[in-house]
Amino acid sequence: MTHVDGNVLAGTLSEIFEQDMTTAAGECAGCGHTAELAVALVYLSGAGTVVRCSTCGDVLFTIIDVDGHPRINLSGVALLRMP
Amino acid sequence: MGRWKSGRVVSTREETPSGRSIVLDVPGWGGNIAGQHVDVRLTAEDGYTATRSYSIASADGSDRIELAVDRLPDGEVSPFLVDVLAVGDELEVRGPLGGWFVWKPEQTEPVQLIAGGSGIVPIVAMIRAHAAAGSRARFELLYSVRTPSDVFFASELEGLTTTYGRTTVYTREVPTGWPVLPGRVTREVLAEHTIPASERPSVFVCGPTGFVEAIADWLVELGHDPARVKTERFGGT
Amino acid sequence: MAGFTRGFSGRQREESPELPPGQFLTHDFPVLSAGPTPRVDLDEWEFSINTETGEKHSWDWAALQALAIDDVSTDIHCVTRWSKLGTSWRGVSLDTLFAEVETSYDYTMAHSYGGYTTNVPLDDLLDGKAWIAFEFDGEPLDPEHGGPARLLIPHLYFWKSAKWIRSIEMTADDDPGFWEQNGYHIYGDPWQEQRYW
Repeated sequence: MTHVDGNVLAGTLSEIFEQDMTTAAGECAGCGHTAELAVALVYLSGAGTVVRCSTCGDVLFTIIDVDGHPRINLSGVALLRMP
Repeated sequence: MGRWKSGRVVSTREETPSGRSIVLDVPGWGGNIAGQHVDVRLTAEDGYTATRSYSIASADGSDRIELAVDRLPDGEVSPFLVDVLAVGDELEVRGPLGGWFVWKPEQTEPVQLIAGGSGIVPIVAMIRAHAAAGSRARFELLYSVRTPSDVFFASELEGLTTTYGRTTVYTREVPTGWPVLPGRVTREVLAEHTIPASERPSVFVCGPTGFVEAIADWLVELGHDPARVKTERFGGT
Repeated sequence: MAGFTRGFSGRQREESPELPPGQFLTHDFPVLSAGPTPRVDLDEWEFSINTETGEKHSWDWAALQALAIDDVSTDIHCVTRWSKLGTSWRGVSLDTLFAEVETSYDYTMAHSYGGYTTNVPLDDLLDGKAWIAFEFDGEPLDPEHGGPARLLIPHLYFWKSAKWIRSIEMTADDDPGFWEQNGYHIYGDPWQEQRYW
C-alpha cells in the first residue's frame, strides 16, 4: 500500500483543531526531525490513519474513528508548533 | 473550515474519456487559494458515508468552485461523481483545506509545475491564478499524460500559454506529427525541460504516488533544495 | 439539503445471517496497512517463537515448508466492517510450531517485519485456531496481503492476523500491540463486536 502526503489530513484535523494544521511543524519523538505535517507520510489504512515521519518512518500519530468520534494517539510527536 | 457546507452542482463538463469537471455553488465558501483542496462527503440512504479529498481547479474569491475528477476503475466515489452526479444535485463539502501546497500571487520567484495525469488539477488553479493576477513570475509546466485525449482543461491550458511555458510528455500515445515517441518522464527529460536548481524555483509536483516519488527524488539529485519542492500524492480510492 | 446524496449507494453492503454483527460481505480483498509494505527475501526470512527464558525456536523458509501443512477454509472479519466468507489458505498450525515450546506465560505479542505488533492470548493461538499462512487462494501470499507469511487467526478481527510475521514473543501480561494502543479492543472478538475500548 502506498502513502499520501500530510496535506490529505487538512480536513480531518481542521475538525479537531479548528484551524489548518498542515503547516504546523511537528517534531518526531523518534529521530528529532521537525517538519510540516503536510510532508508527513500518511497511510489511510481503513482501520485508522497512520502518520509517519518522512525522515525515519516512525509513527508520529494515529487517528481512529470511534462512531464519529476521533481518537488520536500523539505519542510519536515530541512537540507541535502551531502555524 | 471544519464545518460541512452544502454544495449544489451548477454545471458539469466532460474533460476526458474518464473524467469531468464539476462546478459547485457553495454558499459561504468565500474563495480559496490556488492549490487548496476540498473534502467531499456522500451519504447513502442507509446512512453510510464516504469522504474523499479533491483538488480545486479554481482559485477566485467567489462561492463557486470547480473540481475535476478522474474515474478510478475500482473506486467507490469517483465513478459516482463522474457518471451519476447531475446538475442540481447537492453534496456536502468541507474547506478550503491545506495551506502548504499553494501558490499566492504575491510570490515572485520562478515556479516549476510538474503534473502527472489528473494531478494537473491544483496546478491548473495556480496557472489560472497566475494569469488572473497578471503575475510576472516565471511559470513553467511539465505535464505527463497518457494520451492527447486525457488532457484536462486542454483548450484553456492552450489559451493561457502566453502567461506560462509548457512541456507535455505523452506516455502511451502522442498527437499526430509529434516529434518524439510516447514515453515516461525520465531524469533526463526532467533535467532538460524544467527550470534549473540554480535559479531556485519553487517546485510543485502533483500526481500518483509512484510518479511523485520518482520526480521528487530526481529533483533533489538535480540539486533542488528539498524544502522548495512541494508534493501532493494521491492514492487510489 | 436532503440527508442523503441522490443516487449514491457506495459499495455493495450485503448483510447476511452468517456474519457477525455490524459486518457486510465483500468479494474483494481490501488491503489495509499501517505502513510501507516490507519486502522480505525468502533466503533471509525467519520466523521464531521466543520465550521468557531467552530460548528461541526458529524456522527458516525451508524448515517451515518441511512441517505439516494444513489446508484452511475459513471466514475472515475485518474491523472496518467487511467480511469475506470461505477463504482458502495453506499454512502451518501454531500447534505444530509450539509443540516443543516450554513457557509459563499466557500471553503473546506477534511482531512483524516492518515493526507492526499485535497481542494475542496463547490459548487463541492453539487447538487448531491459528496458522502461519503463506498461500491464499492457491497462490503464494502477495506481499500486500502479508507475504511471504502472515499470522492467520480467523476467529478474531483481522488486525490480529499480523501480516509479514517475524516472531511471537511470550509475555507475562496482555500488553497492547499497535492498534490496541491506538484505541482498538485488547481482544477483538467479532461476534461480541469488540472493536474499540
